[in-house]
Amino acid sequence: MLNISGLKEGIVLDHIQAGKSLEIYYNLGLDELDCQVAIIKNARSNKMGRKDIIKIEGGLDHIDLDVLGYIDHNITVNIIRDNVITEKRALSLPKKINNVIHCKNPRCITSIEQELPHEFYLSDEVTETYRCKYCEEKYTK
Amino acid sequence: MRHLLNPLDFSVEETDRLLLLAKDIEENLPKYSHVCDGKKLATLFYEPSTRTRLSFEAAMLNLGGSVLGFSSADSSSAAKGESVADTIRVISCYADICAMRHPKEGAPLVAATFSDIPVINAGDGGHQHPTQTLTDLLSIRSLKGSLDNLTIGLCGDLKFGRTVHSLINALVRYHNIKFVLISPPELRIPEYIREDVLKENHVEFTEIDSLDEAMPTLDILYMTRVQKERFFNEEDYIRLKDCYILDKQKMKLAKEDMYVLHPLPRVNEISVEIDEDPRAAYFKQAQYGVYVRMALIMTLLEVEKPC
Repeated sequence: MLNISGLKEGIVLDHIQAGKSLEIYYNLGLDELDCQVAIIKNARSNKMGRKDIIKIEGGLDHIDLDVLGYIDHNITVNIIRDNVITEKRALSLPKKINNVIHCKNPRCITSIEQELPHEFYLSDEVTETYRCKYCEEKYTK
Repeated sequence: MRHLLNPLDFSVEETDRLLLLAKDIEENLPKYSHVCDGKKLATLFYEPSTRTRLSFEAAMLNLGGSVLGFSSADSSSAAKGESVADTIRVISCYADICAMRHPKEGAPLVAATFSDIPVINAGDGGHQHPTQTLTDLLSIRSLKGSLDNLTIGLCGDLKFGRTVHSLINALVRYHNIKFVLISPPELRIPEYIREDVLKENHVEFTEIDSLDEAMPTLDILYMTRVQKERFFNEEDYIRLKDCYILDKQKMKLAKEDMYVLHPLPRVNEISVEIDEDPRAAYFKQAQYGVYVRMALIMTLLEVEKPC
């Protein structure tokens, strides 16, 4: 059994699909933060069999919940204050996401103007389909 | 401040008002000859399109305004690597309104985001071409008296043909419109038009290969050119470019009050032998294009209709 010390103040991202934690780590920009971050891979879970967990020291303002919702809206976000879980945040598919998906349409303006953000909007919640804001190219998860 | 980037930027009511204004312009052209005195239109054409550019310029000149701009990316600051965002910020200092054509999809949306003046999308890649759509709507309404209860045939390149995509988007908002989509399998409409526009709006449509089969059922036949610049592979272009040619024989199959439209320029898809047929309305359509662009410029500049 691996022991990771508890958080006094911070966030625990629980119920991450096993193997997805590193993708989340980079998409949330956690590699750019100075605070402590613990990644636990393949933790045993009654609900999921195996799961990943990420523990982040610090406040919620570090985390873009939209990005997290896009990657996996089944993740549980636990807010820790004074060593106890004070809040659980539910995630949903975000209406818009920036710079998570990149448009692959060679005819899109983003293919030649590198500084433009890659913005996608949710066009169909049921099929989890997003479309590029500029060219409407479809991207299904 | 309003822009026109997509045919759906205007509601049905707003579109109807615009078409009514265009009709009034057609009937009373001299009345409008000074309504845009002192105003300037910038035509920012990053790819060649003499016809659309001249139509915009004619529209602004008819209104008493002036025009400035460029007609290819080579003669613009884009050749030096300037972004669309920077170009439009500068153009906003020079002109009151702009029309932008760009080979990349979404470029006019980028321009509108950074612009201080109304931006009109004059065609962005294979994506949207809303002023052609307004032209088509005005043409159909003028020729058929209404935009409801029509069977519209769209023929040719339905995959890359942005005029077709824009027209479908606009027409599904009217009552009892049916589409007959005539193309080779390789040039069928994109899946998002089929699923998100036609099926989503419960619009009746058929997809067929045969123009002959479709002809007797149509109220409007909208022909399109297979555009070389939309193909990455020249072999595909050569194989598909002459797949439909509208000639006298095919016109015999059509109703007496069916009209043929084409966004122009045509290459081989409409034989010159039918130009004299009273149902060949594509040159009249080009004239409607000027009137509707005049109405659009007035609307976006919030110019009052003269008494």
